[in-house]
Amino acid sequence: MPTLADTTEQILNLAAQHFKVPRETLSADDDFFKKLDINSLQALELLTRLENHFHVELPDYELQGVTDFRTLAERIQSRL
Amino acid sequence: MTDFRGKTLSWTSTIAPSSGNASMASGTASSASVIELALHRPPNNEIGSETLAELEKFAAALPSYKSAQALIIHSEIQSGFSAGADLRELYEQSMKMSASNRAAGVRDFLERIHRVMNAIDAAPLTTIAAVHGITFGGGFELALTCDIIIADRTARFCFPELRLGLIPGFGGIPRLKRDLGNAVVRDLLLTGRSFNATKAQNIGLVSQVAAEGQALQLARHTAAQIAKFDAGTSAAAKRFIKPIPEAELRWEIDLFCELFARPAVEAGLRKFVESTEAMPYLP
Repeated sequence: MPTLADTTEQILNLAAQHFKVPRETLSADDDFFKKLDINSLQALELLTRLENHFHVELPDYELQGVTDFRTLAERIQSRL
Repeated sequence: MTDFRGKTLSWTSTIAPSSGNASMASGTASSASVIELALHRPPNNEIGSETLAELEKFAAALPSYKSAQALIIHSEIQSGFSAGADLRELYEQSMKMSASNRAAGVRDFLERIHRVMNAIDAAPLTTIAAVHGITFGGGFELALTCDIIIADRTARFCFPELRLGLIPGFGGIPRLKRDLGNAVVRDLLLTGRSFNATKAQNIGLVSQVAAEGQALQLARHTAAQIAKFDAGTSAAAKRFIKPIPEAELRWEIDLFCELFARPAVEAGLRKFVESTEAMPYLP
């Protein structure tokens, strides 16, 4: 099973690639709404891509209040 | 050539690629056609009065396509198939009316959208929803009128209505219950959560999962296959296996109107419309 650090790294790479943001500008504690400049529908796009990538199902209510990549990684990690 | 181009949707009929072949059951040459209904109302194909009026035109025109054997409904909007009812319009229109006019106005809208949804649901041709991205609320309910749902990997399905103090009002609950059963309805409705195309396929909602951007192409392939069959047999099979849940649909309208009259709904709609939250679409 990947470590939390591995999972966080994969999320950062995927977010950078999908939203066309330089990877080096993103870090685990960033607010992904602000850093990626995304709205709620784009957050759902990200959620779908993360589910497909990690082969997990992540109910969106688990994302309520989650804004940083590290906490997002923890939510995914708990389902791997 | 486009048969109709409106502000919110368009439709086109084309001869199916297989139509030069003999019909499989009748043995006669067929000139079967496929209708494609494209939704294109920015930003997210919200269904309001303008979309409803154009859907009514479509439903009225549908019986005139006598040789049509398949219908594909899809979206040309990047964010997805449809985000559902136009909540901003619903709120703004409601605020202009007295309480009694508000209730009558909502009932009238629901009666009209139900007539359209029922017409598509019961259409004698085989219907396919080719969906991607956001397929929420009323958009999900439109997809549920179709016989087959083909989704690309970006598709996400949700009934977010409970967060507004409502239930889905375009016939979604009875149709989902008919197609998949009560447990799935309870999970989606009572948690308000969304799920992706893979999950939707695993529970039997989605027929085929396509690569990103390929749902329409897969739907066209499927329509070409459908067009090989005898139209009368397909229509008879559909009547046999897909009854319209009329009593529950009527009940749904009544329940929606009852809930809509409560102050909590006005507050929920106002909160949604005026929201500056990062995630207003997340239940």
